[in-house]
Amino acid sequence: MSTSQKDLKLKKRSFSAFLGNMVRQQLFIPVAALLILVLFNLIMDPSFFKIELGHNSAGDPVLSGYLITIIDYASELAILAIGMTLVTSASGGQDISVGAAMAIAGSVVLRVLCGNNPRPEHMQTSIIVAFLIAVLVSMCFGAFNGMLVAFFKIQPMVATLILYTAGRSIAAWINKNKLPVISDPSFGYFGNSIPGIPLPTPIFIAVICMIIIAVVLKFTNLRLYSQSVGINSSSSRLNGINPQMVKFLTFVILGVCVAVAGFIKVSRLSTINYSVIAKDIEMDAILAVALGGNSLGGGKFNMKASIIGAYVIQFLTTTLTKFKVNSTAIPAYKAVVVIILVVLSAPIVREKMGTLRKKLARSKGNVGKEVA
Amino acid sequence: MKKLVSILLTAAFVATMAIGMCACSKSEDDGDKLIKVGIINNDPNESGYRTANDNDMKATFTKENGYDASFAYSLKNEEQIAAAQKFIQDEVDYLLISAAGTSGWDSVLKDAKDAGIKVILFDRTIDADESLYEASIVSDMAKEGETAVDWLASQNLSEYNVIHIQGVMGSSAQIGRSGALDAKVAAEDNWNIVTQQTAEWNAENAQQIVQAVIDSGESFNVIYAENDDMAKGAVQALDKANISHGVGKDVIVIGFDCNKWALEELLAGNWNYDGQCNPFQASYIDDIIKNGAKQKVVIMEEKGFDATTITQDDVDKYGI
Repeated sequence: MSTSQKDLKLKKRSFSAFLGNMVRQQLFIPVAALLILVLFNLIMDPSFFKIELGHNSAGDPVLSGYLITIIDYASELAILAIGMTLVTSASGGQDISVGAAMAIAGSVVLRVLCGNNPRPEHMQTSIIVAFLIAVLVSMCFGAFNGMLVAFFKIQPMVATLILYTAGRSIAAWINKNKLPVISDPSFGYFGNSIPGIPLPTPIFIAVICMIIIAVVLKFTNLRLYSQSVGINSSSSRLNGINPQMVKFLTFVILGVCVAVAGFIKVSRLSTINYSVIAKDIEMDAILAVALGGNSLGGGKFNMKASIIGAYVIQFLTTTLTKFKVNSTAIPAYKAVVVIILVVLSAPIVREKMGTLRKKLARSKGNVGKEVA
Repeated sequence: MKKLVSILLTAAFVATMAIGMCACSKSEDDGDKLIKVGIINNDPNESGYRTANDNDMKATFTKENGYDASFAYSLKNEEQIAAAQKFIQDEVDYLLISAAGTSGWDSVLKDAKDAGIKVILFDRTIDADESLYEASIVSDMAKEGETAVDWLASQNLSEYNVIHIQGVMGSSAQIGRSGALDAKVAAEDNWNIVTQQTAEWNAENAQQIVQAVIDSGESFNVIYAENDDMAKGAVQALDKANISHGVGKDVIVIGFDCNKWALEELLAGNWNYDGQCNPFQASYIDDIIKNGAKQKVVIMEEKGFDATTITQDDVDKYGI
């Protein structure tokens, strides 16, 4: 055997090892799903990736194109996925009330801005005040959920079911059943785009949220604590972590995420419809966490994977809309894709695939020896 | 200890619910002069339509008008039926029902008939024998669609490329409003559907659907949205792409339901047409109770508003 052949073999082995490593990475599934969607669109219609600089009706420059649309509309989902990942990790369950809680947050924003008149000429307070109040209220509702889960030890899905059923009525009650509309264009900046900046604002808000959570995870013990509580809460208590406090805290953080997402949602249209705003978004948020390959039973988590999961979901939705899939069939298509992705990213399947791969590699090695 | 807490908590929830239910149907006894009506409606938060409908009911069935009204709200059929049974026990004179679902009402309506209670359906019909109710007051959704499509046809465009945004599939409003457009598109050569998708009454989904069409570069000149919220979402997408819409502009915008803010858009010339879905059934019911029913099915009069002819009076009178 010549040296060059040996080199080649070595290279091959290291390459396959590299591939194996890649596949084992948690990020692999969401990234692969994203790549498949990108490839599919590239083959079907390359113009999918065209981005154009145009003007909106106010004469301000805006970038448009499917990619921008996807990144724009996935913003709320990505922000929710951040909070949902933490809650999932620490409590081993999911918050199904985020959609209803977003309706509440949005309703609070509008109530504060409108005052008693649902159709104000001018906003009553500055937007930042309204936003901060919404954050506070949303944190309280998060704390309510967190309290039920952490201190009363109620299953998260059951505990949040309360707010899930009551939330939209509470949202309507906050505005006395009226449908406020804000005519001041500056309120719409946060859900659309700021004049002069061609990218939609939600993208920036989502990026800011991601940076904040990255910094928090880097410089605090949040990751370690929530993971250890999720893996084994009694042993983490023995190690001096207060599991109830950690669980409670993750729900409050999710509350903040909900407020930000709800704020973007109402800003997009400058109004609210209590029964349909952010409808079914809780399922998409949980899905984003699952797509990221995170165990829904709690424990270790990968924040990046969850966020990419959120973008995959929006990518899928936009792709289906683009190809004019029959409107009644969209959920079915989505379900099929989701089943495949979730099954592939399930820990058991990954383990099985790992052993299968090892077996294959071993049998190959054996064959090689026999020939020699 | 934990068990005790959880039992207490459960008891508290049950108690709250029970109190809540009682509160809905509590009413003072005020002699025999008043006509006792039990009103079963959908949750007023459901939509602007429902809010207007509920307010209209409350404004009409007052003590001053000679009524003693009790209200029960639910979006669930079983809960509505349970409320109806309760009203029958309370011996109301009239039972007014806007049913959440179309089936399952037979036995409770028979009970009502045996008890001598007259039933009037409003807004929604149910699958039950006609003899079981006095009258039903409904909107004709198919006619709403036809009126809108006829108006659109009267615009005499050389070509109609329509983005059709549908409501929740299978709802009576969606079936009626889609049916008229589908029939026209099938009949005429110059009517084309650019895309036909459901936004489930949701403004943001509508925005995404229109955005997808704009991104694909296909041309269109009509947006047919089956409610105002979705039309608003669609317009948002148009504004983003600098596509002009409204009276004398590139794209014709059609909405339904006549929300006040939507009629104001019409008045400003930003939209072209809005079809009414009349939520004001109370006066019809009042008439039937006081003068008797003349026919089984009463179809309410419904208008369509054209942006070129709408006035501020219309906005104030018909906006919900």
